[in-house]
Amino acid sequence: MFRARYIVATLALLGVMFLHMPANAQETLSVQVKEGELRATPSFLGQIVARVAYGDRVSVIEDRGTWKKVSLKGKEGWMHTSALTTKKIALKAGQTDVRTGASQNEVALAGKGFNEQVEASFRKQNKNLDYTWINRMETFKVPPDQMRNFLTQGNVVPPSEGGKP
Amino acid sequence: MKKNFWVTGLIMFAILTIAACAAVDQATQLATVVGQTAGVITPTQGEAIRKSTKAVSKSLEDFTPEQEYYIGRAVAAVVLSKYPAYANNQVNQYINTLGQTLAAASDKPNIFNGYHFLVLDSDDINAFATPGGHVFVTRGLIRCCQSEDALAAVLAHEIGHIRFRHGMQSIEKARVTEALTVLASEGAKTLGSRDVAQLTNTFSGAISDIVNSMVNNGYSRSFEYQADQASVVLVQRVGYNPEGLIDMLTIMAKKLKPGGADFAKTHPAPQDRIEEIRSHNPAYAPVAAPQVRQERFLKAVARI
Repeated sequence: MFRARYIVATLALLGVMFLHMPANAQETLSVQVKEGELRATPSFLGQIVARVAYGDRVSVIEDRGTWKKVSLKGKEGWMHTSALTTKKIALKAGQTDVRTGASQNEVALAGKGFNEQVEASFRKQNKNLDYTWINRMETFKVPPDQMRNFLTQGNVVPPSEGGKP
Repeated sequence: MKKNFWVTGLIMFAILTIAACAAVDQATQLATVVGQTAGVITPTQGEAIRKSTKAVSKSLEDFTPEQEYYIGRAVAAVVLSKYPAYANNQVNQYINTLGQTLAAASDKPNIFNGYHFLVLDSDDINAFATPGGHVFVTRGLIRCCQSEDALAAVLAHEIGHIRFRHGMQSIEKARVTEALTVLASEGAKTLGSRDVAQLTNTFSGAISDIVNSMVNNGYSRSFEYQADQASVVLVQRVGYNPEGLIDMLTIMAKKLKPGGADFAKTHPAPQDRIEEIRSHNPAYAPVAAPQVRQERFLKAVARI
């Protein structure tokens, strides 16, 4: 009787371990934004210490709320989870990952679907649309240093400095 | 002994079930391949099963941030065909510094090509946010703001629309399925001219869906209240007073012209929004911005 219970408990334990195994393995994620930024601290005001490219695969070292400390080829820093995806991003059609038939849920092909080509064709059909100001506004960029100065100079103080997000 | 045997079986079954649920799609794929190999189903049937499983799981989530970006650019182009840009560096620089700081502190700080802000040269009271992170605010709306805290609330409301993907959600379901089906069938090939033509059609459809609800009809009241609440949370996180939003709405209530094609048509009445905000939040102290903050605000919007 005792032995049987022991077997049941062991099986249950093994089951739990089996289920949790993938979570314990080192997590690898893809950068899903055009220019990924690695920051010194897990904060939107954190200094940018390195950059990663669209589609780069980064390894997760540490988790803190909505931030993950990641590494890639000797570079290390914090990224917000909104910049990352579990999917692999194939940058060109015909890459191995795509050809081997990995399902769409695992691989997203960069530049596929609504892309520059479709935009060009859309613009040909809508000649009245002018993208000049859209391209111009997309050049307006505010680096973290400028954000920090802006808040300090305006005496804008977050209620929990150094905390979230 | 026999009882234990059943318990063991039950536990095993539960474990297998949970593991299977986590990967229904993969499981179906696997089962289909197995069925095909065993000769139970033909390869054609197998392909059909695989496709239908995929079709069911097609949703907005399958659009990559990159595709949302291109959708956003087109929506932005339509907005700019209705309202011209206000070419004033001073105010555009200011709302970008304020807006991008708020976006960076939001729950969705990273979108494909970042957040960008532009003032529109119009007396209408209007604002738009595209799925690509383009945020537009008219001069008329900025005139409803008497402090940086109020303007921050306006921009944070628009950032909220992007965070909750309100624009993307106005794309008709059938269109989403259509677009993603073309993408799935295309596989790893580069786009052929027929694919481009078909995708352009779907793309145009998606743009008009978004423009129709964002510019012409307005989102649902619940979307607007959700964006207001997101604004209240975000401005506080950065260090602004959410009472700025109430101040702005109070002025807007006086300035809105009934029958206008702007917020008068597309948004719940300012009084309703104020009531809704008040009902979900504690009372805030009046906005008392430090002099430096107020001075830089007045300087930036001097010619508005």
